[in-house]
Amino acid sequence: MSRQLKLGGQALALALVAGLLALLVWTVAHPNHVPKGAAPNFTLPRLSGGGDIELASLRGKAVVLNFAASWCVPCKQEAPLFEGLWQRYRSRGVVVLGIDAKDFRGDGRRFVSRHGITYPFAYDGPGRMYDRYGLTGFPETFFVGRSGKLVAHIPGAVGKGDLPQVVRYIRRALSS
Amino acid sequence: MRTLLVAAACVAALAVAAPAMSSERHPTLQELETMLICPTCHTTLDQSDAPIARRMKRFIVARIAAGDSASQIKAKLVAQFGEAVLAAPPKNGFDLLAWWLPLAGIAAGAGVLGIAAWRWSSRRGGTSPPALAGGPPLAPELERRLDEELRRYDR
Repeated sequence: MSRQLKLGGQALALALVAGLLALLVWTVAHPNHVPKGAAPNFTLPRLSGGGDIELASLRGKAVVLNFAASWCVPCKQEAPLFEGLWQRYRSRGVVVLGIDAKDFRGDGRRFVSRHGITYPFAYDGPGRMYDRYGLTGFPETFFVGRSGKLVAHIPGAVGKGDLPQVVRYIRRALSS
Repeated sequence: MRTLLVAAACVAALAVAAPAMSSERHPTLQELETMLICPTCHTTLDQSDAPIARRMKRFIVARIAAGDSASQIKAKLVAQFGEAVLAAPPKNGFDLLAWWLPLAGIAAGAGVLGIAAWRWSSRRGGTSPPALAGGPPLAPELERRLDEELRRYDR
């Protein structure tokens, strides 16, 4: 009986060590990764207050999802480009949606008003979507098709020189 | 004598509690920096120079100047960035596990070690070597030869 107990204990200890080792290997092998297929859904409060924004509610539209933060310098530089895209494509079924993540809400609001942004902005202070979308920094932009599928991703800032590519991605999102 | 002991215990408790209470009511940036995590680089604020960490430090300085306590400042930052901003998990609810599990692990380890040591020492001290413990008797011929050898050795 005692021998069986001892063997059982040893097996349990070995299983625990193996489990922890497997967890370690899995964590190292699977760092934050950009999701494929359907865009992870979220419901986040509007940065300005007054209700939430749910990604799924935008199904049927092409969504340009831009992760930004007020303290991020490249985000300030690309903000006017996204405002221009919003003004140009909103009537064609495109929504530009900003997500202010890992930021003070007040700073995010000032960022929006200072840059004259009129497209909707959601607030994700704890950065939950930052992890779910596999971001590695700010800014990053995702293009979500009408069906809710991720069709393209631009890690890093979008400059004027990237506009042709961005327009291509928007067309792809509109057609998927 | 008993009164003296109680008084000494009270003085000792006050000596420990007073700085803690003062630090809670009048925190310093240096103290709070070690208790809070930078959301982008995941190190404590005192070790981070990331833009958001610098912004958080400015926020803390402003709140200290406004007279907030350490708990109030931490609560305000948790409201913005979530509980992951705290370097140590809260001492309530499910997060209590993070405090108790290591202690339970240490206690369990000590228990296992203690039992193993006790069993090992009792086995060594309580049993005799197999030959002296009355194992199977020697064959008469072997016993005779052994006696002979011993007698020869004694001479």
